[in-house]
Amino acid sequence: MKCRKCGGKAVINMRQHKLSLCTEHYLDWIPEQTERFITKYRMFSPQDRILVAVSGGKDSLSLWDILTQLGYQADGLYIGLGIDGGNGYSDLSQHLSEQFAESRGLSLHVVSVPEEFGATIPEMSTRTLRGKGKPCSVCGLTKRHIMNRMAVESSYDVLATGHNLDDEAAVLFGNTINWQTGFLARQSPVLEAHHPGLMRKVKPLCRFYEREMAAYAILQKIEYVYEECPYAIGSKSIYYKELLNQLEAERPGAKLSFYLSFLKAKDEGLFASKSTQDRTSLNTCHNCGQPTTAPGECAFCRMITAINR
Amino acid sequence: MPVILILREKEYEVNHGMTLRDTLNKIDVQPEAVLAVHQDQLITDEEILIDGAVIKLIAVISGG
Repeated sequence: MKCRKCGGKAVINMRQHKLSLCTEHYLDWIPEQTERFITKYRMFSPQDRILVAVSGGKDSLSLWDILTQLGYQADGLYIGLGIDGGNGYSDLSQHLSEQFAESRGLSLHVVSVPEEFGATIPEMSTRTLRGKGKPCSVCGLTKRHIMNRMAVESSYDVLATGHNLDDEAAVLFGNTINWQTGFLARQSPVLEAHHPGLMRKVKPLCRFYEREMAAYAILQKIEYVYEECPYAIGSKSIYYKELLNQLEAERPGAKLSFYLSFLKAKDEGLFASKSTQDRTSLNTCHNCGQPTTAPGECAFCRMITAINR
Repeated sequence: MPVILILREKEYEVNHGMTLRDTLNKIDVQPEAVLAVHQDQLITDEEILIDGAVIKLIAVISGG
């Protein structure tokens, strides 16, 4: 199979775009498309200071690489979760994130959950009813809290995460089959900051397939954690991704179409009333000052109180 | 000689002459869920696997 641009040997064939590219042209194409999405969804401008949430995985490190290549002012944030899983998962993730930053002269903030809160994510999950013993819910809540806090405290303009299209399509699928209209109303490439203390969030990779991001990381020679988080094995999101990939195998472009049709329907007013309702219903946590849906303490502060009880 | 595909330390032996996509389907690996490396180069799904090729498969799905 040949590269459509130069006729050289293709290293990737994107059936949903009917596009095959060689290494050189693929490494040009991904940043070009990212810039297109940043502009299309009005994510940020070259003047903005961006905080990129990095996990040591292919998506977030590739995002950081692309944004700096494009000339944006992007610093990194690594959150140490204290997950070992028999292979030193968090230690390796942190090492690769630090190595990436150092080799490119980039600035990386590091927050250690065990150091700051006295327990690792797996330890926290055993001391709270949240997630029923599974750490993923505790992990998500903790990361969202820290990411927002760090971005606000350090006066960044926007927080960027490495969510790819498979991530977005899996979340959309899960929320659709359960008709979670509130969550559907909030899913978007850009999450606006509708409340004081809430950071604007963007997902510049939301239209790239997960496979495309892995190919970019490999071809760009980015060292990332190949191993999956030990707690993600058997997770619902991976199951949904597998289901969507079955569909994709029969109908190339099905995942992309699912996501883009959803965004179009939202633009045309689907979920509009709920979205408006959500914007006006945020409160400020009495303890940490971060936005929260219910009055009083936010879910994160309530969880920390329960853990330390 | 068979073609050998390696995914997460598990080896699969298959006959040569098929495309990568057909081969992955034959061993019940979703083509969308992996990238394939042959002789340190990524290869496309349409590549026909040659006699004796050793293909490293890289899982690309993550989640949580």
